[in-house]
Amino acid sequence: MGRTLAEKVWDDHVVARAEGEPDLLFIDLHLVHEVTSPQAFDGLRAAGRGVRRPDLTLVTEDHNIPTIDIDRPIADPVSAEQVRVVRRNAEEFGLRIFSMGDRENGIVHVVGPQLGLTQPGMTVVCGDSHTSTHGAFGALAFGIGTSEVEHVLATQTLPLKPFKTMAINVEGALPAGVTAKDVILAIIAKIGTGGGQGYVLEYRGEAIRSLSMEGRMTICNMSIEAGARAGMIAPDETTFAYLKDRPHAPKGADWDAAVAYWRTLVTDDDATFDAEVTIDATTLTPYVTWGTNPGQGLPLSASVPSPADATDEVAKVAIERALDYMGLTPGTPLRDINVDMVFVGSCTNGRIEDLRAAADVLRGRHVADGVHMLVVPGSVKVREQAIAEGLDQVFVDAGADWRYAGCSMCLAMNPDKVPSGKRAASTSNRNFEGRQGPGSRTHLVSPQVAAATAVAGHLASPADLEG
Amino acid sequence: MEKFVSFTGVAAPLRRSNVDTDQIVPAEYLKRVTRTGFADGCFASWRKDPGFVLNQPAYREAQVLVAGPDFGTGSSREHAVWALQDYGFKAVISSRFADIFRGNSAKTGLVTAIVEQDGIEQLWKLIEANPGVAVTVDLEHRVVRCESVTLPFEIDDYTRWRLMEGLDDIGLSLRHADAIDAYEARRPAFKPTTLAG
Ligand code: SF4
Repeated sequence: MGRTLAEKVWDDHVVARAEGEPDLLFIDLHLVHEVTSPQAFDGLRAAGRGVRRPDLTLVTEDHNIPTIDIDRPIADPVSAEQVRVVRRNAEEFGLRIFSMGDRENGIVHVVGPQLGLTQPGMTVVCGDSHTSTHGAFGALAFGIGTSEVEHVLATQTLPLKPFKTMAINVEGALPAGVTAKDVILAIIAKIGTGGGQGYVLEYRGEAIRSLSMEGRMTICNMSIEAGARAGMIAPDETTFAYLKDRPHAPKGADWDAAVAYWRTLVTDDDATFDAEVTIDATTLTPYVTWGTNPGQGLPLSASVPSPADATDEVAKVAIERALDYMGLTPGTPLRDINVDMVFVGSCTNGRIEDLRAAADVLRGRHVADGVHMLVVPGSVKVREQAIAEGLDQVFVDAGADWRYAGCSMCLAMNPDKVPSGKRAASTSNRNFEGRQGPGSRTHLVSPQVAAATAVAGHLASPADLEG
Repeated sequence: MEKFVSFTGVAAPLRRSNVDTDQIVPAEYLKRVTRTGFADGCFASWRKDPGFVLNQPAYREAQVLVAGPDFGTGSSREHAVWALQDYGFKAVISSRFADIFRGNSAKTGLVTAIVEQDGIEQLWKLIEANPGVAVTVDLEHRVVRCESVTLPFEIDDYTRWRLMEGLDDIGLSLRHADAIDAYEARRPAFKPTTLAG
C-alpha cells in the first residue's frame, strides 16, 4: 500500500523499532532558543553528558531580545539571565549561536529556512510549538518539551509514538487579495483549535501549490493552532528554487542527489489518510479573528457573532467569555472595530514577502492618527533585505515604527507589549488572553489587512482603501 | 539517574487530597534557568505555615511522602518532580496519581507507589503515632513496610524495570547507541550541518 509524505519521512528516520516501544527516530536538525533550553543543558551537566551532534544543532536568541537599543544591556532581569545562560551553554557545549546583534540572528523559524538548513525530508525539532513552520519544505517538524530538548542534545534521537495523518485539500485558485494567512485562519475556523489533535496535517491542492515558500511557511506555522503537532507540504519546484544556492543547501553532485530524493517525497496516489478535509479556495476572502483563540475567526465582511448563535452551551459560554474579554458587542460589523496598535512581524508573517506586502499597502499612505504600528522583521537578514529594497523608508514615511528583529510583540516577553485594554491587529499566530501583554486584545490578520487597518484605523482590507 | 531497588527513610504524612502541581511548586519558580535547586520551592506556600507537616522537626528530613488521593494534578510542569526530589523525597505513596505527574516522575527516578486508601490511612496512623518512624519502599517486591505492616503497591512492569535499572529516557535511548551509530553512518551526504562555511 502507498504511503503518505509524513509516513515516508518517518520511515526514513527510524533508528530502532521494537514491539511495544515507541520508534526511535533520528533528528536531522535541532534548533535551540533561550527560553526552553536552560534546564536541558543543566540536565546534561548533572548527568555528565555532552551534546552528541553539535553539527546538527543551532542556537538563536529571539524570544526575549529587545527590538530597539539592541546595543545596550537587556533591562529585564529574567530576559537578561536567559540570554546570558544560553550564551554560556552554547560556549560550554561548543554550539553555533546567533546572538543578538549577529547578522544571522533572528526568530528561530525564520533563520533555519533562510539559511537553507531546513530541507525536504528532514526531521526538525525545537523547544517551541511553532516548529511546525519548517513543514513547508516537506520536513517533519514539531515542537518538543524541555526534557525532550535534553534528550535530543544527548542522543540526536527521540522516541516517538505514531501519529495519524490528515489531508487538508485547498481546492481551486485563491481569489486576488486572499493570502496564505487567510487560508490558514479559514482552515482553523473550520476544523477548530482541537481539530488537528493527534494528526500530522498535509496541506494539498491547487491553492497550496500556487503559494510561495513564505506563504507555505505561514500555513504550516499555524498547524499547532489547529491542535496538530506538525503540518507538511510536499516539496516541488517552488521548494527547490527557494533552496538553490542558500548557504546550507547541498552543492554540486550533492544537490542533484538531494533533488532526486526530494522528488520522491510525495504522498502516493494509493495512500490513504486517516482523515480528510476539503476547503474551496475560490470562496475565501480576507479573514480576521474576533475572539480569544485562533479558531474564532470570520471573513472581514462578517459581524461579531452572538452567544445566541451558539449550537451548544459550551460554545455559548466560550463566545460570551471571548466577547467580554475583547470588549465587543454582538452584531458589530468587523470592519467597524477600531484598533490602537498594529503589529507586523513574528515567525508567521515576519519574512521579506510579508514586509513587502505591508509596504505595498502603505506606500503613499499614512498610519491613522492614534494608531501605533510596529514593524518587526523576523531576522536581521530580512531587515537588511527590506532596507536594500527601500521598504524601511516606506514604513517610516507612513509613520510606522521600524524595529530590529525578534519575536517582539508576538508574545511580549520583551518590552514590546500591547497595553492592557488596548486592541491590536497582529500578523502573529495567537490571540489568547494576555498573549501580547496583560489585558491585551488581539485580532489575527494578514500583513495586507494589518497595513490597511493601520491606515484606516479600523479592521480593513487593502481594497477598502481604494476610491 | 540512580538505581532504585529498595529505600528506607523517614516518612511524612500529608493528609491532603488533590495536591496539585501549583502547590508542589508555585509558578514563580518556573522562571528559573537551572534544573536543580528547587528545594525551597517545594510546597513553598504551605511551608509558610508553621503548622505544616514538613515544618515539624520529626518530618523535616522526610524522604518518603504519604499523601492523599489525586496527587500531582494540574499543570504538567516537570518542575514539580524536580522540587520533590531536590527537597529529598525518593518516593511518594498515594492511592491515586495524576497521569502526567506519574509519567514525569518515572522519567527522573521518583518512585510513585499506589497503595489503596485503607493502607494509606494505616500508614498515616503508624507514622503519627511514632513521628520519625522509617518506611521502606521495596520496589523489587512491590511492597511498602512500616513496623509490622506490609502493604502491596502497584507500579507497572516497565516503569519498575527502568527505575530498578536507573534508566532515564536518555539512558533508555542510549541502549540503542549501536543503532544510532549505524544510522549516522548511512545518512546521505547531502544532509546539511549547522557548521559555518
Ligand atoms: S514569533 Fe512568536 S510564535 Fe514565533 S517563535 Fe517567536 S514567540 Fe513563538
